[in-house]
Amino acid sequence: MIEIKGVSKSFGTHKVLDNVSLKIDKGTTCVIIGRSGCGKSVLLKHIVRVLLPDKGKVYVDGKDLDALNEKELDKLRLKIGLVFQGGALFDSLTVGENVGFGLIEHDKISKKELLERIEESLCLVNLCGIGNLMPSELSGGMKKRVALARALCVKPDIILYDEPTTGVDPITADSINELIKGLHDKLKVTSVVVTHDMKSAYMVADKISMLYQGKIIAEGTPEEIQKTEHPVVHQFINGLAHGPITETLDNFR
Amino acid sequence: MKKFIILLGARVLSLLYFLGGLSYLAAQTFYWIFIPPFKKERTFEQCKKVGVDSLAIVSLIAFFIGIIMALQTAYQMQKLGSEMYIASIVALSMVREFGPVITALIVAGRVGASITAEIGSMQVTEQIDALQTLATNPVKYLVVPRFLALAIMAPILTLYSNIIGIFGGYLICVYKLGVSSGLYRHITFSALVYKDLFTGLIKALSFGMIIALVSCYEGFNVEGGAEGVGKATARAVVTMFILIIAFDCLFTALFYFIFP
Repeated sequence: MIEIKGVSKSFGTHKVLDNVSLKIDKGTTCVIIGRSGCGKSVLLKHIVRVLLPDKGKVYVDGKDLDALNEKELDKLRLKIGLVFQGGALFDSLTVGENVGFGLIEHDKISKKELLERIEESLCLVNLCGIGNLMPSELSGGMKKRVALARALCVKPDIILYDEPTTGVDPITADSINELIKGLHDKLKVTSVVVTHDMKSAYMVADKISMLYQGKIIAEGTPEEIQKTEHPVVHQFINGLAHGPITETLDNFR
Repeated sequence: MKKFIILLGARVLSLLYFLGGLSYLAAQTFYWIFIPPFKKERTFEQCKKVGVDSLAIVSLIAFFIGIIMALQTAYQMQKLGSEMYIASIVALSMVREFGPVITALIVAGRVGASITAEIGSMQVTEQIDALQTLATNPVKYLVVPRFLALAIMAPILTLYSNIIGIFGGYLICVYKLGVSSGLYRHITFSALVYKDLFTGLIKALSFGMIIALVSCYEGFNVEGGAEGVGKATARAVVTMFILIIAFDCLFTALFYFIFP
């Protein structure tokens, strides 16, 4: 289970997260929606302690991330896979070395077993046999799927996805959504998906939370969110140009 | 006046911030050097990039420096009829001063800049964050191998450039100025003592560590996209050049006044 309690985070004078609290149950998929730049990715990075909150606490499996020492934190991080928006694949390593990175660095497994695990992870994302390619030879969609394979290779209990369908064609986006859903159904992993793609959100979510101006302003099942009367959520999920979110901008113009 | 004081204050703060950050990175680097697992192959790979791949440019520049020094000193020495002493001037200048400094400047420009650009690109494409999420400390993975490689290879490259520089001087003296080969070698070796070699190598070791720390620090602190990487690389090269010359001055004064 992931629990975020009263987390605030500022960069300079810009407050990105303002007393955010969120609970994600084990084995469920929570989708965090919100406009670009609203702090969704920042929130995600707090769950692996890549960023530290200015205020508040983050608990993963009941453990306070702030209280863990380096060794305990590394152990916990290996149970969490983070799929970055742009893939964040290591340019100097092959696809195979990228996928097996966590195992190569930390697990003392045989080379044969390692190669099997890498191939198994690549096949899970429908990219069998591309282990020898370099990341520069891949398309945007393939990079995202390799990043997912890298996250899966360590057999994580939790997978965090940062905008998994942004910047890929609709067919690839759908196959990524299917993958997320399939992993959730088959492996029972806890997933947190950050996106502003509503089709994807409805498809994969057990619960949707909306982040707006640094706060969680709405939470519910996809059905509840679709039926919401909250004006901000309504404008966002229906992609309306005019409404409370853009009101300030309209007034300014 | 008020504006000037504000500007001065901002500059001092930014300098203190830089020094604090660099010291913190140095402390972290020394800590992680001794924490297992030790991945030797990563350090060897960096040694190749720093050392072997720099051999051609170091050879070329050191050779030219040797020739230039021999010709410049010949200008005066010929008037005194003491051409044979060019050998000792070339040898001492190369070993004590030009060898370490020129090698460090070449390595800073060639290797240091590439380290900043590489780590900076990793920073802007979230690869550093990805390392952390894969339970890998970025200092251990990225800085330690580069730091060790530069600390090992800078003195070795310096020794090499000393030899090449002295060889450049030898060619001019023997084939142009008519000094006999045996006399040149004799004067070269009799002028040099272990202390000269030692002071040069101490300088080279310090320059190697400076290049590693500054280039990595600037890389980690890149903000923005490609423009940020470019700015950080330029800043890193300027900082490395200034620190190399400043530390050279410090060491030269130290060896001159305290350990004469």
